[in-house]
Amino acid sequence: MSELTLVALRLGFVLALWVFVIVVVLVLRNDLFGTTVVTRSSRDPRREQRPASGPIGGAAAQAGTDPASLRTDPEVTATAMVVTAGPLRGTSLTLGSTPILIGRAPECTLVLDDDYASNRHARVFERDGEWMVEDLGSTNGTLVSGRRIEGSVPFRPGAQVRIGRTEIELRRGPR
Amino acid sequence: MATIVSYTARPRRLTQALLLAFAVVTGVGAYALVGLGRSDELPSGLMTYGIGAAVLALALQVVVMWRTPYADPVILPLVVLLNLLGIAMIESVHAANENYGLRTSAGADRQMLWAIVGVLLCIGVLLFLRDHRRLRRYTWISAVTGAVLLLLPLVPGIGSSRNGSQIWISIAGNSFQPAELAKIAFAIFFAGYLVSRRDTLALAGPKVLGIHLPRWSDFGPILVAWGFAMAVLVFQTDLGTSLMFFGLFVVMLYVATDRLSWLVIGAIMFLPPAVFAATQMGHVRTRITCWLDPLSSANYSSCEQINQGLFGLANGGITGAGLGEGRPDVVPHAESDFIFASFAEELGMVGAFALLLLYLLLVQRAIRAAVGISDGFGTLLAGGLGFVIALQVFVVVGGVTRVIPLTGLTLPFLAAGGSSLVCNWIIAGILVRLSDAARRPAARQVAGLGAPTAARPAPEVMA
Repeated sequence: MSELTLVALRLGFVLALWVFVIVVVLVLRNDLFGTTVVTRSSRDPRREQRPASGPIGGAAAQAGTDPASLRTDPEVTATAMVVTAGPLRGTSLTLGSTPILIGRAPECTLVLDDDYASNRHARVFERDGEWMVEDLGSTNGTLVSGRRIEGSVPFRPGAQVRIGRTEIELRRGPR
Repeated sequence: MATIVSYTARPRRLTQALLLAFAVVTGVGAYALVGLGRSDELPSGLMTYGIGAAVLALALQVVVMWRTPYADPVILPLVVLLNLLGIAMIESVHAANENYGLRTSAGADRQMLWAIVGVLLCIGVLLFLRDHRRLRRYTWISAVTGAVLLLLPLVPGIGSSRNGSQIWISIAGNSFQPAELAKIAFAIFFAGYLVSRRDTLALAGPKVLGIHLPRWSDFGPILVAWGFAMAVLVFQTDLGTSLMFFGLFVVMLYVATDRLSWLVIGAIMFLPPAVFAATQMGHVRTRITCWLDPLSSANYSSCEQINQGLFGLANGGITGAGLGEGRPDVVPHAESDFIFASFAEELGMVGAFALLLLYLLLVQRAIRAAVGISDGFGTLLAGGLGFVIALQVFVVVGGVTRVIPLTGLTLPFLAAGGSSLVCNWIIAGILVRLSDAARRPAARQVAGLGAPTAARPAPEVMA
């Protein structure tokens, strides 16, 4: 075999090693960067449905993809949940018919950067036209109007819910 | 408006199959290039070798698809490639020895045989270890097994001494390094022990100079581990093995308690034995001299190995001499302890860095599995096994390149040696099982919240 072919093969081999490394890194790209932040300013239907693309989320959201259909029940008067104290002060969430998960885990709807909050700290959800707050077995507890709760209790507009250093309350916003 | 979507692992079995094929082609190609470089013709057994490697890779792929469908898709391709590269380099060193007659070294046949045994054991782990948490039941059994294995070379009659360290046993002509098996046993033991004791060990203690110190009564376990490492050091006169076991314990303690003080305490506790070894043990003293000043005329002949290794690295340069074109046979133990120098000579700096990246990715996958897994035992086990691989690579490559003194550890999956290869394949099997547990979708859900959370469209967050 000619010298030139051999040199080409040798270089090709080192190149193949690096291609292997790069391919592995590309395979891992998603995993290396962990969570992705999706900006939802554009109405991109593919992105809208990404949270539902989990392994068990086959039946994607029927209710809630259209914000106008979120509030059909006139009994529910609260339309927004606002953060009144803590690092996220000023944040507001539009209430839908779906539960809101609060905690430090990136899966949560409201992701707290708060050392005193648990990964999955509390859940705010609607039951029979009434908003409830439920403690999910957090370490430091959830306080409603200064009282530590167990299980789920009603969450009335104006009541203060304290999670770690964060305080949230419900607001009657413009419809 | 922004929502945060956390990453959900996909099984990616097809990716794994393609990567495995890539690894087999590259690894067998290395073997062919070695033959071309040494004797200008393809090795005679290339066909058999290639088919054998492909069949074993296929078997691994099938077993992974069957038993661990969510396992990490890159662990096995990385391991297969490293193993095949090692076999090619052992063959290169062997052929060079045949050509030039400076030394003798075993051919690659033995390593291939051990690789087959290793792959079969890895498949066995995947088949019979259905749930890694089952290993926790054997916490204390593995402690006893590990201790017995580690002390076995001291038994007169079966223990044998090589290069100043008594870490081998030989039965009926076959030698084995039981410390390799002992490190798996100890990783299981430390994980099982620490997961039940970590709360006590992480309790608040006095704060000195900005670091939390543990309570005096919590020093027991680390003292026992330290005493054990000392016994290995004094009676087997092997600093490398001693460092590996003590380091494994300290790092797993750190992972379990998340307190930096344990690392500091561990490093301080290992200083006296290191000083003792450096001053009292002949072969360790030689190695330290060779680390600091190998090229002076006084030390040149006693540091032949490390000097020849350095000349090998220099001969390799940036792009290397080419597979089968270098002279790794000049270096003593070029197929085992100094295989990294052989690689750096034949593949050059470019190839050597690719090799280090392969290890880096492997260790990263182990630590990623540790992060993703939901139970503390699995986290500790994956973290500990990943650390063992990382420590071995650091100690060996650091020793060859004169970053730290040489110590007797082996480069995982690459170096010639049956016991090391087989045990590392078992570790690979356990890591695949752990990564499957870490990436399985059921493990990522919280009871009672799973279905509604996943199907929920994220409400809008306005900042």
